[in-house]
Amino acid sequence: MTEGAWAELKFRDPSRARELTRALSHVVRSMGRSPVSVMHVCGSHEQAIAKFGLRAAFPRELDVIMGPGCSVCITDVPEVDEAVVLAKQGVRVATYGDMLRVPGTVESLADTKARGARVDVVYSVAHAVELARQSTEDVVFFASGFETTAVATAAVLLRDPPANFSVLSAHKYIPPVMEIVAEMPETRVEGFLAAGHAATITGWGIFEPFVERHRLPVVVAGFEPLDILAGLVTLVDVIREGTPRVVNAYPRCVTREGNRAAQEKLWSVFRPVGGRWRGIAHVPNGNLRLKDEWSSFDARARFDIDLSSIWDYAPATLTQECICGDIMAGISSPSDCRLFGKECNPEKPVGACMVSSEGTCKIWHQYGGHPDRM
Amino acid sequence: MCLGVPGKIVEIDGLAATVDFFGVRRTVRLDVVDEPVSPGDYILNHVGFAIRRIPEAEIGETLALYEQLLREAESDIMAADVRGEIEAGRGDPRDVR
Amino acid sequence: MNAPRVLNPSAARAAGESRSEKRSGRGPTAMKDVPLDETIGMKHGAGGRAMRALIEQVFAPGLPPMKVEGVGLSAMDDGAALRLGDRFLVVTTDSHVIQPIFFPGGDIGRLAVAGTVNDLAMMGATDALALTFSVIVEEGFPLRDLERIHESVRATCEEAGTTVVTGDTKVMGRGEIDGIVLNTTGIGLTERVVRDSGLRPGDRLLVTGTMGDHGLAVMVHRHGLDLEGELVSDVAPLNDLVRRALETGRDAVVALKDPTRGGLASALHEMASKSRVGILLEEAAVPLSSGVRSAGELLGIDPLHVANEGKAVLGVAPDAADAVLACLRDHPLGRNAAIVGTCLPDHSGRVILDTGFGRRLLTEPEGEPLPRIC
Repeated sequence: MTEGAWAELKFRDPSRARELTRALSHVVRSMGRSPVSVMHVCGSHEQAIAKFGLRAAFPRELDVIMGPGCSVCITDVPEVDEAVVLAKQGVRVATYGDMLRVPGTVESLADTKARGARVDVVYSVAHAVELARQSTEDVVFFASGFETTAVATAAVLLRDPPANFSVLSAHKYIPPVMEIVAEMPETRVEGFLAAGHAATITGWGIFEPFVERHRLPVVVAGFEPLDILAGLVTLVDVIREGTPRVVNAYPRCVTREGNRAAQEKLWSVFRPVGGRWRGIAHVPNGNLRLKDEWSSFDARARFDIDLSSIWDYAPATLTQECICGDIMAGISSPSDCRLFGKECNPEKPVGACMVSSEGTCKIWHQYGGHPDRM
Repeated sequence: MCLGVPGKIVEIDGLAATVDFFGVRRTVRLDVVDEPVSPGDYILNHVGFAIRRIPEAEIGETLALYEQLLREAESDIMAADVRGEIEAGRGDPRDVR
Repeated sequence: MNAPRVLNPSAARAAGESRSEKRSGRGPTAMKDVPLDETIGMKHGAGGRAMRALIEQVFAPGLPPMKVEGVGLSAMDDGAALRLGDRFLVVTTDSHVIQPIFFPGGDIGRLAVAGTVNDLAMMGATDALALTFSVIVEEGFPLRDLERIHESVRATCEEAGTTVVTGDTKVMGRGEIDGIVLNTTGIGLTERVVRDSGLRPGDRLLVTGTMGDHGLAVMVHRHGLDLEGELVSDVAPLNDLVRRALETGRDAVVALKDPTRGGLASALHEMASKSRVGILLEEAAVPLSSGVRSAGELLGIDPLHVANEGKAVLGVAPDAADAVLACLRDHPLGRNAAIVGTCLPDHSGRVILDTGFGRRLLTEPEGEPLPRIC
């Protein structure tokens, strides 16, 4: 095992995990009621929980809900349509792999590609810039992902990209959606587990106003089993205490201020605007768009994206049965969906949650789920 | 998407670093990491960009934090066990003050 | 996206019923309930559920009955067995289409011989009487490569104590076939046929060594990944190892299977569903080389889902498990053998993974796992 792995292995020590699980059971049961509901808003947290089978170790009284933490899943249909229409218009589109098969109104980028459009899958925005450098034609980068990923997009724009490169931004900003969830009348969420990597950039201080306003605690947690368990023990403890605050349970990567240099880059390129998230309706300041001074690299300014050909299309019957919206809002889980694992599976996905590696349905399908509840 | 994997810097060439992830090497950009990095440092990678240098000292700190959590929880659990024994001895647990 | 055509009309109803059956742990996973698509996809050759469904719904039905007692097509075991007096003639056949044909640790020739010898051994026929060898070659294929392949065939036959007795040669035009396709049929004799359906609650599951070696070695090689320490295929004939295990364990060895396409996950699912037991697999007990572990983490591929070509899974009665394990470890091909799981009376047809931190259902790969490369 390489040196890098040894350091991380400490966060996968099963005996420490067992002790933390015991502590978690104890602190949850001492609340004396059921369920105690907490929400996380990060696909990577759900992946870790599912992969390590943590839900089967949590006490029954604890409900750990996945909220709208899959950036691809919450990318709204019209945004996918914009990319699809561009590709059909003959423009070369580069995209992260996850976005390729997300259904638009009529089709996904993968469908468009199968019909001859120029769509490239890239693993980094830097790769998309390279494609543009190696070519004279336009290359549009369909930019998906939350603020941590938007930082990368900002970084390449600030590094003199070639004139034939432009960005179609579908980036999202997570803190505003926590407000929405906190304000939803049907919400039972009593506290949030915040994503450690996003907080690496934004800092944990960003959650203080939220906690003030909503009186709901936030614990920033990492992604190893010990990180998640310790984060949950801390969160339930703070809920029990009754004095909501922000706690940083990921000090090795997260500070109060975060990464200032990255934040400066991010906000010099992007501005937050209100927008629709798939299944969640309007999220004020939830979308990141290029600022006016960057319009020469903004695909929406450079191209006339004509969506009229799509507007008349009625969605297929199966799509109407898809409950991705409820799943992303944390109201339902994949096992509640009639289509899950049957008509809707990774090979033939109906909804976005089954496409993205951060989507709840895809994750549960890949990792099998709770042995006694599936 | 490649999210939040820690790796060790092997060599640096301007803004690009070769990083070792559990024995596999990949190129990572250094545009947004907020402190100087050198070969041997651990970084957190996100979609091909290093977003944080992970100081080794803080790994120990986090573990100490978890140890403390456990100690607090355990004393809590032990106290609960002791209370439980007392309650059992007294009959109706609701009588306990 | 078209809804898949369901070949068996009652399957649609049965699918709803079998779901609740699954929850209560009754009933095996019926391949008849898996809806087939209109066209054949890559998944149908991948060794998992889709392939089994294809065989059960298309290839198996309607054939004239077997003329003698034995194990036939509908059993979908590693081979067939036909009674000849007081013994069984075991027959197995395999086609080999691997790309690249030369890979670290072996080539298509060695794979063909070892694969067929191993299939015979998995039925209990550890003395491989003879092999056939059919070749379909693309026009333009280098003679030198053919000679290299033959040398591997020769050497592996020697290792396995068998030989090629007959064959066939065909050439197809350039582009009509991808390089070369081999087909081998093997025959052997055995007094006792060991099935893959013989597991009972309480039986232990053993593997003869590290998992995921072949599949990940080929994938890493195919993608040209720069790995510290090269991954090497484990392709090898196991008949001698299995013979010793059967001599030691005798009737206590109740099931045998080699985890090829679809990996350990597929093999265990098949064994569990045919035997109508559940399986509890301990993730920490499964031997993995550090190279496979690293490559799997980085590519996002589970080593339990990828092919092994020099390993076997044994189902052994609990009081004989230690003795059989010791016998395996005594053999050069079994040094890393381990007891990895137990059979359960409930969760019939399912495999539960104990991760050390919790539990989850282990899924079967639908098709060939695609690397998610970061």
